[in-house]
Order: sequence, then C-alpha cells, then structure tokens
Amino acid sequence: MKNINLKGFKLSLIAALLMSGATQAGGGDDPLLTKVMLDEVERGLDSNDPTSFKLQAWVGKDLNKLWLKSRGDYQNSDDKELEIQALYSRAIAPYWDAQMGIRVDLEPSPSRNWAVLGIQGLAPYFFEIDAALFIGEEGRTAMRVTAEYEMLLTQKLILSPEVKMNLYGKNDAVLGIGSGLSDISAGLRLRYEIKREFAPYIGVEWARKFGNTAEFARNEGKKVEGTQVVIGLKAWF
Amino acid sequence: MSNTKNNLESMSGLQDKGRRRFVLGASAMLALAALPFPKNAFAKAISESLTQLSGKVFDLSIDYKTVNFTGKSARATVVNQVLPAPILRWKEGETVTLRVKNNLDEDSSIHWHGIILPTEMDGVPGLSFDGIKPGETFEYQFKVQQNGTYWYHSHSGFQEQTGVYGPIIIDPAEPDPVVYDREYVVMLSDWSDTPPEKIYANLKKQSTYYNYSERTVSDLFTDIRKHGLINTWKARAMWNDMRMSDRDISDVTGAAYTFLMNGKTPEQGWSALFKQGEKVRLRFINAAAMTIFDVRIPGLKMTVVATDGQNVQPVEVDEFRMGVAETYDVIVEPEEGNAYCIFAQNIDRTGFTTGNLTSAAHLVAAVPSMDPAPILGHGDMGMSMEGMDHGDMDHGAMGHGSMDHGAVAQAEMDHGSMDHEAMSHGEVDHGSMDHGSMAMGAPVLGLAGFGSTAEIKHADAEYGPHIDMRADAPQNGLHDPGIGLRNHQAEYNRKVLTYADLKGLHPTYDKRQPSREIQLHLTGNMHRYMWSINGVRFEDAEPLVLEYGERVRFTLVNDTMMTHPMHLHGMWSDLETGDPDFIPRKHTVIVQPGSTISYLVTADAIGKWAYHCHLLYHMPGMFLKIVVR
Repeated sequence: MKNINLKGFKLSLIAALLMSGATQAGGGDDPLLTKVMLDEVERGLDSNDPTSFKLQAWVGKDLNKLWLKSRGDYQNSDDKELEIQALYSRAIAPYWDAQMGIRVDLEPSPSRNWAVLGIQGLAPYFFEIDAALFIGEEGRTAMRVTAEYEMLLTQKLILSPEVKMNLYGKNDAVLGIGSGLSDISAGLRLRYEIKREFAPYIGVEWARKFGNTAEFARNEGKKVEGTQVVIGLKAWF
Repeated sequence: MSNTKNNLESMSGLQDKGRRRFVLGASAMLALAALPFPKNAFAKAISESLTQLSGKVFDLSIDYKTVNFTGKSARATVVNQVLPAPILRWKEGETVTLRVKNNLDEDSSIHWHGIILPTEMDGVPGLSFDGIKPGETFEYQFKVQQNGTYWYHSHSGFQEQTGVYGPIIIDPAEPDPVVYDREYVVMLSDWSDTPPEKIYANLKKQSTYYNYSERTVSDLFTDIRKHGLINTWKARAMWNDMRMSDRDISDVTGAAYTFLMNGKTPEQGWSALFKQGEKVRLRFINAAAMTIFDVRIPGLKMTVVATDGQNVQPVEVDEFRMGVAETYDVIVEPEEGNAYCIFAQNIDRTGFTTGNLTSAAHLVAAVPSMDPAPILGHGDMGMSMEGMDHGDMDHGAMGHGSMDHGAVAQAEMDHGSMDHEAMSHGEVDHGSMDHGSMAMGAPVLGLAGFGSTAEIKHADAEYGPHIDMRADAPQNGLHDPGIGLRNHQAEYNRKVLTYADLKGLHPTYDKRQPSREIQLHLTGNMHRYMWSINGVRFEDAEPLVLEYGERVRFTLVNDTMMTHPMHLHGMWSDLETGDPDFIPRKHTVIVQPGSTISYLVTADAIGKWAYHCHLLYHMPGMFLKIVVR
C-alpha cells in the first residue's frame, strides 16, 4: 500500500487554493472557472493503516481545461507515496476528455518522471473512467485504469464502488515494481452529502499485488494483500 | 377539444359565432372599459402588494436593496425600491417616456418584454444600445401600439434573477373585448440567496447540483418488482447508454429557489379579494429566472382569454403551464363566501407558490399538495418509440385525441416530413400536398397555420463534444400539455391547456403563406452545461438575416431533454395551432423536450433583435442575433 508526504500534500492544496482565485474572469456563456475536488482524504481504522488522499483540480472553460491530479499515502517515513500530474485536458466527445501532460512521482525515492496520455469521462451505464498511459525514462511504461460508480441509496446517501489497476511495461526493481499487472485495488465507500460539496464517508478498501510486484514485496517481507476499513471526507469547491 | 369549445360557447351564450367572434357579455364590456382598475377601496388596499405607476412619463431607478425571503438577508437588485418592480400602466396609442437610472456598480438595462417598438428602444445591450452605465440615465421613448399584459426586466448579466422585473399593463384604445369586474396581476418568480453567478458556476461544475429527485436504488427495486428484471433492464438501457437521467426536469430546483407570487413567499402569502358575482381577471406573468410553473385554482374553472398580451378565443381550462416569460390572462368567477388557492407548482414539483383569492380577509383556502414529479420518457428524447419498451412511459402522453404516437414516430422515421396534425384534422386540401415528391425529399412548405412539413436535418455543427443528443424523430409539441401534465385529464379530471387550444380572437393579421422556412435546433450538452442553437453558441454564431417584409416560418426542433421557452424580440411569433384564419400571436413559445413547434414571423421591424431561450442560465449560449434589413 501507499504512503503520504504531508508536505507535498500541503503544497498541492495551496497550489489548488491559489488557482481558485482565477474564477472571476468572465461573462458570456463560458466563464473561466476553477473546481478543486478532494475526492478522498481518509485514514484506516487500524493504527498500522496508511493515511491517503486523492485530489484533483481544474481551471478552465467548457472544452479546455488544465488539470492537476495528485494522490498519496503515508504509512511511515520509509513507506510513502506521492504523485502529481499536470495535464492539459480537451473535450473530444460529449462525455470524454483527452488529457496529456506530465506525471512526477516524488515519493518513494528515487523519483520517476512520466509523460501522460489519458482519457477521462463518463462511460455508458454511468461508469466514471480515468485511463492513462505513462511513458517514462529508460523505456519505462505504465498504464492505469480507474472505474467508479455511484449508487444513490437516497438523494444524499451514496454508495460508491471503485476499482483501480496498475500495469507496467518492465521491472523497476529499486521501487519494487514488476512488469505486467502490478496491483489491483477495490474500494466501497458510503458517503453522506451534508451538502453537495461536503460528504464524510466510511468505506472498505481491498488491495493486492500481482506477478513480479508481489514477488518483490514477498522478498522484502511486505504484505501482498490487505483490507482496511477507512473513514474519510469527500469535498469540493 | 370539441367538448371544451361547446362548453365555452354555451357558457357565453354565443352558440355559433362564439368560436370566431367571442365576447363575454357585451353590456358589461363598456362599463369595464371605463373602469380599467377597481375603484373599490377594499380591493385597492389588498392590491398594494404591487406598486402601480401610470401616465406617459415614468422615472425608474435600479438600485441594490437588502431583502429577506428565506430568513437570511441577501442583496437584490430592484426598481424603485420594490420587488417586483412597479406595475407600469400604459394606454394603447400613447407615447411613453421611461427614464431609467442605473445606480448599480455594473451596467444595466431594461427590456420591454413583448412590446413592439423601434430596435434602439428594445433594451438589449450589444444589440439595441450599449447598456446603461453605472450612474447614468437612459431615456426610452416609443409609441405604444398594442394592449394587454406584458412585463419588463433587465437584460444585463443575471440581474433579472435578483429582482429587476415588473409587470406592464396596457389598456386598449378600443373597448376591451374581455369583460371583467376586477383585475389582479399575478407575477410568479423565483428567488435564491445564492448569487446567480454562483448558481451558474455550480451548474457548470456539476449539472445535477440542484437535483434532489434522482433515481435511487429503491426506485430500481420497485421497477424490478413491477416489471421484472428483464423489462427493467431494457427500459433503463437507453438512459444508461445515453448517460442521461429521466429525472432531469429543472436545472435549478426548489433546493435553491423560494418561489414568489407578487413578491410574497408561500409563508407570507399574497391575498386578493373579490365580491359577489364578480368576474375576476387574473393577469399571470412568469417572471422567473429558471422556473416553469403549472398554475391551477382548485374549485375554479379558468377561462383563458389572452396569452402574451394577445387576446385568444376563450378556452376554459383547469390548469395551464407557463414557460418563463409567458403571460396568460384568465377570467374566473369565484363564489361569495369562498376562498380559493391560486396554486403555482414548479415543473419538477420541488416547490410552489400560492395566493389566496377570497371573498373575505379571514377566509383562507387550503393549499393543495403538489402533483408527483414527472419522469421523462423515450418520446421526450425525440426518439422513435417503435420497438422501445413502454414500461417507463407516461401513457397519458399517448392519449391526444386520435393520434397514435407510436405510429407517428414510425411515420416520421419513414417520411421525415409529413404533418400528421394537419392531415389528421382533415382540414387541409390534400390535393395540394404532393406525397410523391415528399417521399422523394423535395422541399414542400407546409401551409400557413399548420406548421412544418420539412424534414428534420441536423447541421454538422450539431456533432461534437458540445452536443449530447439529437432528436431524430421529434414529436409535434402542439397537442402535448407537457411532461408531468399529460395524464391530468384522466387522473384528476383536470383539463390542461395545450397550444393547440389557442386560437387568435382577432383574425390572422398576415395571411400570406411563408416564403421560406428556417429550422432551428435547440442544442446542448446537459452534462457540461453548454447550450447553443444549431450547435453554435451565441458568441460564435452568425446573425440570422431576415428581409424586411418577408413572412417566414420558424420551426424549432428541441434536441435536448429540457423544456425551452424561446423568445423573439421585436416581432410576433404567430403560433401555428391548426387554424390559418385565427393564428394566435405570442412573444415566447415553449418548445417541449424532443419535440418540434412552428410559428410564422412577419419581418416588419428593421433592426437587430435578440432571439433566445428565456431560461436565464441557458440564455448566454442559446441566443441568436436576428437582423431584419
């Protein structure tokens, strides 16, 4: 599982806050707007569980936006992850945006840089999809697919299953990453929208490593599979 | 329909002529013309909730004002310190002068909605004039050439939502054919403490922001129990595939709005008095920013005598829908000793506003409960219903006289261009319609009064990330009471007005056939909250040019699942309701979801005119400049 870098988290939050000052441009049917989404900030109930977050923000107009995506986990000073993506996003279909830009993995060390080519949007049957191809240095490649769904139990009580998987083109032994399917995680979160922009939740998250990645983990004496119960907050403005 | 007509005729005592030359009691007419407003002190006291200004010269000032409709203070923009703005009472034939001072710190303007006037007096910044700068006064002056119920509002930014709207009543130069003993303006509107720019931003960030009526898991289980798993899956398939919600009725709902009647909340209550035996004329005006209202007065039949200021042949109804900016004048005959609730619920049933029409101040009518929220069907998406699962559909929609919608959709798929309405009435000379050439796709203009026979064509600009749907087999919206009202006759025995019921009281003003037809598609992407006409937003759109004097048909095709009230400035929209001799004139026309409607326009006003959806947050994009040269 992943870890968090609190300093990086703060920095990206501040960056997002600064960006939100740009909302007031305007007029016409297509004003310049900013949306900051703290999709997940959560903690496992067990004291060994990591604290993690997922943050996205955009600034832009109807069809063209700049996106910032960041995620991270913090378990302890040796076990942490922090990733930031900066993307240009362009609408290519009624429900789909093509996105391209850069991704920097600040943690764990050594850091990795990637070029990003992705697609984000709403698939038929209301699945929210974020799929991206990453091209790194020294011939490294990676792919990530995230799918999320929302079930309205009531107008404000929402159950949201989510699946995510990572694939890599070749081993990155220093970071314990193996080629092929590396890991899958599946979460189920139940949130209550006190207001649209503010929803605390409880959830459960299962994750498992596969293939060479699992092999690396076993060799280091780390867990290959884990389940945790989380409490967290989803918010946006 | 024929039933209603008979009722009306017997009511008026004019059996034969009733349909064409309708007057409600000729003797009372003269008396009334002399008494345009009740002199009764009682009535005066109670109608003080709206200020009235009359004469030829008016001084209006637009200011900020702190108001409190919700328990919290908020900043409104108001005219002469009142919300709604004062009633302006004009006289047909006179020249009025209106000096409008802008005390806001941003540009402002006043548009005289539905008034026929010179283009530079129309009050649309960027088209008619530059707007009124902060601290400046603009003097409007024009000759009043019409009579009836109208309204005025700001055409700058989103000021209309925050209070810059008021009624206009124009007394006729000739005796009024509508007879009444007392009259009240009933101005409906919507108020939110949330600044309009914020509402617009919220919709752009999450288009379902204000929708708390979405399908839930329990709806799904209910459907499965009722229709079985397979049928439910099939019925849901189209929505799931299109990524659209059948509960998407209003963009901004009661979650944001407090609905007002003459500036009063339902809690405050607006009240109006009547006396024994009086015919009361209610002048309904929908001055809302985003709210379509359904109006009824339980226990009272309403005789619709005018819409958009123009007299129509009286039609008796129990209920009618008001698109934003439409006006309806109705006559009611309440009974002494009773109180009646004037009830206006919004289209998605998330809120309402009420008034109390009573014979004594202490009598207060019970407020009815709202009807169930409407649910969209496949037909509302402009899709052929052939082969679709009807499980989810509002079957009331299919009960329009003898029409078989399934067959219509099928036929429109095949021929694309046949006017089933006109043909089913058997009032058209079938010989003049060349079916052979229609099938070949040759352009044939439908006859004036009967609407379009043209093929539905989507422009190239209608394809792309900014458009989420196109109606390939749109229904004719003429006979459709609209979503949420279709089954009211069968279910509640309420006769709901449709546009097909509207026939002009005055014979058709311009009897020419249209020389051409302009097909305009109302388009958008609900999810991204983008709106446009023919797939092009206002900022990118070329103006639509009309030649002075020409008679053209506008055919609107609604390629969205929202109900759009379309407003043409400067010229009348002659709604083709099936009678070429008595075409009613309107300034704002509802276009039902996934439907078409046609009207004729005589381009008799040189200048630059606005043409747009009157839903405030659709307007910035769904807007077209029309040039008459």
